[in-house]
Amino acid sequence: MKIVITIIGKDRVGIIATFSAILAENNVNIVSINQNIMDGFFNMVMLAEASDDKIKLAGLQKIMKEKGEEMSLEVKVQHADIFTAMHRI
Amino acid sequence: MLTIDNILETNRMITENKLDVRTITMGISLRDCAHPNITQFCQNVYDKITTSAEFLVKTGEDIEAEYGIPIINKRVSVTPIAIAAEACKTDSFVPVAEAMDRAAKEIGINFIGGFSALVEKGFTPGDRTLIKSIPEALATTDFVCSSVNVGSTKAGINMDAVREMGEVIKRAAELTRDRDAIACAKLVVFANAPGDNPFMAGAFHGVSEADKVVSVGVSGPGVVKHALEDLKGADFTAVAERIKRTAFKITRVGQLVACEASRRLGVPFGIIDLSLAPTPAVGDSVAHILEEMGIESCGAPGTTAALALLNDAVKKGGLMASSHVGGLSGAFIPVSEDKGMIDAAARGSLSLEKLEAMTCVCSVGLDMIAVAGDVSAATLSGIIADEAAIGMINNKTTAVRLIPVPGKKPGDTVEFGGLLGYCPVMPVRNQWSSEAFVARGGRIPAPVRSLTN
Repeated sequence: MKIVITIIGKDRVGIIATFSAILAENNVNIVSINQNIMDGFFNMVMLAEASDDKIKLAGLQKIMKEKGEEMSLEVKVQHADIFTAMHRI
Repeated sequence: MLTIDNILETNRMITENKLDVRTITMGISLRDCAHPNITQFCQNVYDKITTSAEFLVKTGEDIEAEYGIPIINKRVSVTPIAIAAEACKTDSFVPVAEAMDRAAKEIGINFIGGFSALVEKGFTPGDRTLIKSIPEALATTDFVCSSVNVGSTKAGINMDAVREMGEVIKRAAELTRDRDAIACAKLVVFANAPGDNPFMAGAFHGVSEADKVVSVGVSGPGVVKHALEDLKGADFTAVAERIKRTAFKITRVGQLVACEASRRLGVPFGIIDLSLAPTPAVGDSVAHILEEMGIESCGAPGTTAALALLNDAVKKGGLMASSHVGGLSGAFIPVSEDKGMIDAAARGSLSLEKLEAMTCVCSVGLDMIAVAGDVSAATLSGIIADEAAIGMINNKTTAVRLIPVPGKKPGDTVEFGGLLGYCPVMPVRNQWSSEAFVARGGRIPAPVRSLTN
């Protein structure tokens, strides 16, 4: 299952490290990362692939969201199909 | 491969431009519930709805979370009760509406449609019982929606039904006078009503549908408006192209959600209704799209042409994005559910007569319009007849959802709450009577364009 993770918020040390660790613990492989800092704001879009098809997206969403709130970041974890449906014929 | 721009564009549509899936509606046939004993019939209806749609809300919520797209409403439509309950030996179908309401509450949906009758050519005893029961049924339930089809291109207009519906609207308003005539917001009078419309209050499960189907209504007026914002001064070819592209993207999301909902519920996919359905929220208005095209305030000359272009481009863009398109599909122009329409009505640029002209080119009709409480049943029937005539001649769906609010005068404001919104009471040209016209009764013959064989 392909998933898209977007993280937005005030920049600080260790954002990618923190969330990469969570993904690794859940057997989610990172396919690509696009990240930049604009006016002190951290913007990241990550494409990832869950190797285990049985992974519960809802569970991962919960962990990522809670961690995001802890670090004052807006974290979205979405099934990639919504983007491919909209942008690919 | 997805690009970052693709991902950011989709998420901006959702967070900033209020892109959402407006409704997942499960259509359920009640044809197998028939029973001469009304108590048993009501039990059959309750059981069929609660077992068929038990997981509808949960499934909707799961899809919403996984894809990150809001799914605002989960709803159920059923076989027109006039047909399903026809065998009951009773003089009132109010208990059926109560059973539907209980079922809706049990499964957690917010509207259930199908307290309906199709009488464009004539009445059966079941149709008469249903129409007589509408005011009380809507006054005593919370979530039940009712509709009556009084005309069609194939059959003409049943003017007896038109006359009766004027009276039914007045009675429904009277029974809920303490709640700003809320019953009338749940009652639609149609011409050419489609049997696969997922949108309330006019949804019912058509008699030619499968036992159960899942249909999806998409939305997204905010997304279309945003897409036009950087086209200031561009010609109409460019405007139409941009709307088509945007409608395509919106509809693709609807198609994805519909397929997922169908798969998870084990119920066949019916149709996508590719409508622009506004809400009273800022940034979710069809009127604002028309104003973005260059109309200073909705209702000014040019509004009908702008709406015609919008309605057509939405269909063209959405058609290729879905395997089955149906329902109402187009742009809705309700007054109380659209911030731009509310403002236009309040500042006087939008009149009932202009709205009538707009219904020739929009997807439905005169929708969610509050009028003064002293507007007579005959005047309401005259408005219904006009609207049905537009639908009959132009081979399109038209509808009337007028709310004559007891005790209110033009200029007063009425608050319905939630998605139903609020609006100023609009003036009606009722200083001249339609009484003698409406009293004639009988049928307006089917138009020459019905003879297509």
